[in-house]
Amino acid sequence: MEGKPARSTSALDRIPGGPGGTVDAGAAPDGPAPSARSGGRRIPQSVLGLLGLVGLVLLIEILPRIGVLPRRYFPPSSEIGSALLDQVGRAEFWQAVGDTLQGWALGLAIAAVAGVVLGILIGSSRLTLELTASTIEFLRPIPSVALIPIAVLLFGTDIESKLLLVVYASFWQVLIQVLYGVQDVDPVAHDTARAYGLGRWARVRYLTWPTALPYVMTGLRLAAAVALILAVTSELVIGNPGLGTLLATAQSSGAIAATYAIVVVTGILGVLVNVGFRAVERRALSWHASQRGDIPV
Amino acid sequence: MTDVLRRVGMTLGLPIVLFAAWWFASAGSTDFFFPPLSRILDSLVEEWFGPRLAADVLPSLLRLTAGYLVAAVGSVALGVLIGTSRTVRGLLEPVLEFFRAIPPPVLVPIFMLIFGIGDGMKIIVIAFGCMWPILLNTVEGVRAVDSVLSDTARTYGITGAARLRRLVLPSASPQIFAGLRQGLSVAIILMVISELFAAENGLGFAVVQAQRSFAIAETWAGVLMLGLLGFLLALLFRVVENRQLAWYHGLRRAQRSS
Repeated sequence: MEGKPARSTSALDRIPGGPGGTVDAGAAPDGPAPSARSGGRRIPQSVLGLLGLVGLVLLIEILPRIGVLPRRYFPPSSEIGSALLDQVGRAEFWQAVGDTLQGWALGLAIAAVAGVVLGILIGSSRLTLELTASTIEFLRPIPSVALIPIAVLLFGTDIESKLLLVVYASFWQVLIQVLYGVQDVDPVAHDTARAYGLGRWARVRYLTWPTALPYVMTGLRLAAAVALILAVTSELVIGNPGLGTLLATAQSSGAIAATYAIVVVTGILGVLVNVGFRAVERRALSWHASQRGDIPV
Repeated sequence: MTDVLRRVGMTLGLPIVLFAAWWFASAGSTDFFFPPLSRILDSLVEEWFGPRLAADVLPSLLRLTAGYLVAAVGSVALGVLIGTSRTVRGLLEPVLEFFRAIPPPVLVPIFMLIFGIGDGMKIIVIAFGCMWPILLNTVEGVRAVDSVLSDTARTYGITGAARLRRLVLPSASPQIFAGLRQGLSVAIILMVISELFAAENGLGFAVVQAQRSFAIAETWAGVLMLGLLGFLLALLFRVVENRQLAWYHGLRRAQRSS
């Protein structure tokens, strides 16, 4: 919503012979800064990004080797890389990845279904919205890690304790977005649907759901990221099997490079989850104005 | 008058019902894991609002504040620097996205290794974990400064500190606050997590201590205390945000109603 005007300005910014470039010739005394910016030979963003990543890897390779960072704690990237390759060749690594992803997916699915169903039910009338507002506002900011002791007491290291944390954290992300979305239904469209005799279910199906879908997708994307964090956290702290436990074992046995390698894996998983959900969002909303790209006006 | 009564009823109705349900459902409970709510509340008042407030809650809050402030100030400053240059932004964005994608708690074992287990480690963990959402949102907000405003400011010769104070920071502030809000919830999570591994005081430490010694009522009370803290901090944040962004919310309302 707020991103939209921003996107169009940056698109304008990107046109090589855009306003900046043409005005520049006459406005030379303005100083060197704008002329340098509109020099025309801009490196594309993707190349710059790749350069940044390569730079990071090189930095982590060099700094420990020349002693700027203590090598005991900061292994160079080549060592992290070979530890990563070593991990990738092991069955228990893939088992851990599978365990983490299983808890993540299951928790996210439960949270998504519960969030969408409850959101549509609560959002469908003003009365339920007003009645539940204070309770939601109170429960939502409770940090999910507060539930760790209870989860341990009740479930130990079974998958339920992981699910409890994952579901609690991601449920609110979905619910809040669905509530926004349901309230966004165009009143004219709503009255029209009623006037044409659409029943309750038909209105949810053809009016509320399409209106709320962009919000649902945003909620799902946020929830997916939070769910992964909580899945790994729960493994790390409670000790459910998964990447978190693998990390704890590597750390306590002093395998520093392997510890870093697993951190890198969790980061890659996080990026994949983000990218994946953005792609799903684009597909599911290909009909929606926000996804059809900016048509220069 | 009836309107006020109605609103009070709406706000307090469901919480009272839920509270009463918990109270009566657990009143005669002999289940080891679900003690009566009255006992949990006793423990909350006696322990958490009593000696533990200074011994455990305060150190936690101080570490949280220190880490959060360091992250907020550092990330906004860094974000403004990165956001104003296209090239720097292009170079760093994927790197920052990667760091943000790492679940912050996995860094605790590594930081423990490097910085030991003292207060410093916990503050660094909190700061390092909650800086990414603040940083990325600041970068995004600075990038999206309205180009007409930006050119106007340049034409009028507003540069340097004045430009930063009057143009860049205000126009990025809605985004910055969104980042600060995300950062705050991450900071609370890390405050607890960092105390679970190694600590001699703190909320997270005390709750886990209670859980390990099977002091069930006290564990539940600790969970309530953490929840209360999260709620109060979110409330405090909203008060500050509403004050700072009053102009922005007003603008949005005006735009929407027109």
